[in-house]
Amino acid sequence: MTATESPPTSQYRPTPAKRVLAFFRNTWRGLTAMRTALILLFLLALAALPGALLPQRALNPPKTDQYIADHGWWGTLLDRLQFFTVYSSVWFSAIYLLLMVSLVGCLLPRSFDYIRSMRAKPVLTPRNLSRMPHFREATTERGADDVLTAARARLRGWRTVERDEGDGVRSLSAERGYLRETGNLVFHFAMLGLIIAFALGKMFTYDGQVIVQATGGQDAVFCNSGIYAYDSFNPGLRVDGTDLEPFCVKINDFTAQYTESGEPTHYSSNIQYQSGADLTSGTWKPYLLEVNAPLRTAGDRVYLLGHGYTPIFTVTYPGGDKRTQATQWRPENQVTYLSDGATKFDPPGVTDAAERRTKQLAITGLFAPTSFLHGGVLTSTAPGLNNPMVAIDVMRGDLGLDSGKGQSIFEIDQSMVDDGRLKRVARQNLEVGQSLTLDDGTKVSFDGVQQWVSLQVSHDPTQGYVLVFAIAMLAGLGASLLVKRRRVWLRVRPADGDGNGTVVQVGGLARTDQAGYGEEFTRIADELLSGGKRK
Amino acid sequence: MPVNETLSQYSDWSYTTATAIYVLALVFFLIEQSFGSRGRSAAERAKARQLVGAGAPTPDTADAPPAPRGRAERIGRMGASLLVLGALLHLAALVLRGLATHRVPWGNMYEYIMAVTFIAVVTWLYVIRKFPVRHLSGFMLLPVVILMFLGGTALYTVAAPVVPALQSYWLVIHVSAAATSSGIFLVPGVASVLYLIRSAYDRNPARFARFGARLPEADVLDRVAYRTTVFAFPLFTFGVLCGAIWAESAWGRFWGWDPKETTAFIAWVVYAAYLHSRATAGWRGTRAAVINTLGFAVTVFNLFFVNLVTTGLHSYAGVG
Ligand code: HEM
Repeated sequence: MTATESPPTSQYRPTPAKRVLAFFRNTWRGLTAMRTALILLFLLALAALPGALLPQRALNPPKTDQYIADHGWWGTLLDRLQFFTVYSSVWFSAIYLLLMVSLVGCLLPRSFDYIRSMRAKPVLTPRNLSRMPHFREATTERGADDVLTAARARLRGWRTVERDEGDGVRSLSAERGYLRETGNLVFHFAMLGLIIAFALGKMFTYDGQVIVQATGGQDAVFCNSGIYAYDSFNPGLRVDGTDLEPFCVKINDFTAQYTESGEPTHYSSNIQYQSGADLTSGTWKPYLLEVNAPLRTAGDRVYLLGHGYTPIFTVTYPGGDKRTQATQWRPENQVTYLSDGATKFDPPGVTDAAERRTKQLAITGLFAPTSFLHGGVLTSTAPGLNNPMVAIDVMRGDLGLDSGKGQSIFEIDQSMVDDGRLKRVARQNLEVGQSLTLDDGTKVSFDGVQQWVSLQVSHDPTQGYVLVFAIAMLAGLGASLLVKRRRVWLRVRPADGDGNGTVVQVGGLARTDQAGYGEEFTRIADELLSGGKRK
Repeated sequence: MPVNETLSQYSDWSYTTATAIYVLALVFFLIEQSFGSRGRSAAERAKARQLVGAGAPTPDTADAPPAPRGRAERIGRMGASLLVLGALLHLAALVLRGLATHRVPWGNMYEYIMAVTFIAVVTWLYVIRKFPVRHLSGFMLLPVVILMFLGGTALYTVAAPVVPALQSYWLVIHVSAAATSSGIFLVPGVASVLYLIRSAYDRNPARFARFGARLPEADVLDRVAYRTTVFAFPLFTFGVLCGAIWAESAWGRFWGWDPKETTAFIAWVVYAAYLHSRATAGWRGTRAAVINTLGFAVTVFNLFFVNLVTTGLHSYAGVG
């Protein structure tokens, strides 16, 4: 038999199944290694970065589109690569899924170790205690029993075990700081739970925005009855808007307080709401809605996001018919609340569509809550309602409402103006109570101002769980970083010779944070050696 | 309530004086660092012996041999006294600002920087009591002074109330946790940079030959970085958590990947990576220090870039 020929592995030829198995086993091992976790953490941080640097579609769609348009092929490429929807992109999801797998793979074996170590006794006292990083020795008059009893009293709260090593030598092993590993596991498991709850939340969440008049009247009621009730609505992946939890709110007023220089200091709105049984009984409950105090009802939250003004116009037609409209205008300046908008009127009593399309009216222009005229140009100097004024164009003709194209309630259809189908028939500044008269005798008067609020309704069924997991994470983290693992051993043996003295040795080892242990060990050792509190 | 102009004026004066005193202390410490190596290394050896023998340095140093005190040493001590004085004025600036505006004094970027740098200085004062690193105070003060200078000039805002969205007790909790943890993170950031220099020197004494030799042992710097990070990290986590709770009641969602939130998340992940790196073979030491430095870079980025360049819900910087 020649020793060198066949390698010993020749009898073992892996079958494909085994190779596949080995592949998976190796992948799994690789994935759950600490180094992989570390690299994945980095990748996660790196992958999150574009979300902070580039505009994100979910947060700001117009800005995102602008950015793409401004950057040509580069913008388009980034868009294809999902750089504007980072947090729902394939690559971001892949990284955190891998991290989750890694985490689970890491946690399972550690949990088993943990259970085992929780039941295990503190390790044997090393034969040669003087080799430990911390060591003290002394001879005392006291007997071994005395020393050990005192030591056990001193080490209350530590896990201890006493062992008889024969020949009158006895030792005590003590360990402390098990909470550290508990905390670490709690932390990682809670993080896992948090990620899952967060992902589930993304499925079932929705939010919607709506503008409601703050008058306490019919136009001040909003009911969460379906997507159509909202001005905009963002459903989660599994929400189709068909079975929203029903509730209604009625906005009775809106109050803003300002500093002398016109900066807002406080927003609040008295509202009423009904949900559950109140909906059938017609009961309204009062609530004071404020910026940091959303209404929580029916599993939803209602937020006060912003406010604005609604100029009220009345058109008196030559025949004596009157129409009053209160359409919200939008603040174009967030500091002074100079607002613009378009209040649109259909002529009354006109049944012929073609004729109606020559007589529609729109009042557009600017509204200033605290007006200031500078060479006839209207501006606003403060957001509060002090001396409101409008600078309006009255447009007559075809508003384009029949074209089937949706149009903004804040604007007129400019293409109608460009086509000459909508013409300006008056331009004037009006204070409250003032009016103007058009060439056909129609009178347009500015009657007053009311306020509107913009509300957001949010729904997220898992956010409570996310909070619980987050608090567990924090507690686990605290324990895991701040609890210290320490070991102390004590060995007693009768002193040489015949006297009844005892030699006491104390050894110590810090399993974490070595450097911080010295002082503490000195104190413990002193007490153990002297058998009582240090005087 | 109107802003109290007089108190706000006093606050500004305190701030400016504190900055000036820090600059002076900085000079003293640089002198100590540059000229005091002989006396200091002896003191350090004495302390190091204590660290190894007894663990953390004990307040009673009676049995340690008295460290030789050179002139540089004396200048260093004066620097430390100046540092304390500066910190007191700094504190006064904060308190007066708060009294002037009738709210917690961290409602805009100037005030936030004032709070962050104050925490950084206080943390450092604590660190130099525990570790033999006083002569490094200059390196610590450098970013502090730069931040305070930027805060007091480019980012200065007159005392004013805050917008409605900020009027919540969460402002107190969330922002103080954020400011405190960011302030503490300044210390491991500086310590890690010095660690990198020192370990480069240890590997090859020709690199940073003069400077590296004057730095404490890499091990000490590593420990300073670790201890402070371990303290700041849970606090930072707490701050982010409170931010999420506040966002839920102010903005309608607890997490929305707003630029500030995203960057906080990145910083958090980087510091988590730092803690992991210290438990990973082959990543302790230099790589860990690099990660910690990176974490601090992200923190600073969060403070400046996100506040000043991006527009998000967090843009309350108050600089127009
Ligand atoms: C989702 C990503 C993860 C995050 C954000 C994270 C976060 C953390 C944090 C903050 C700590 C510090 C607590 C401490 O030092 O005791 C820590 C510790 C630890 N983590 Fe993770 N972790 C993650 C994933 C993992 C994975 C996948 C593993 C396993 C491969 C792992 C294993 C550990 C271990 C062993 C410690 C203890 C380190 C020590 O004793 O210093 N972690 N983790």
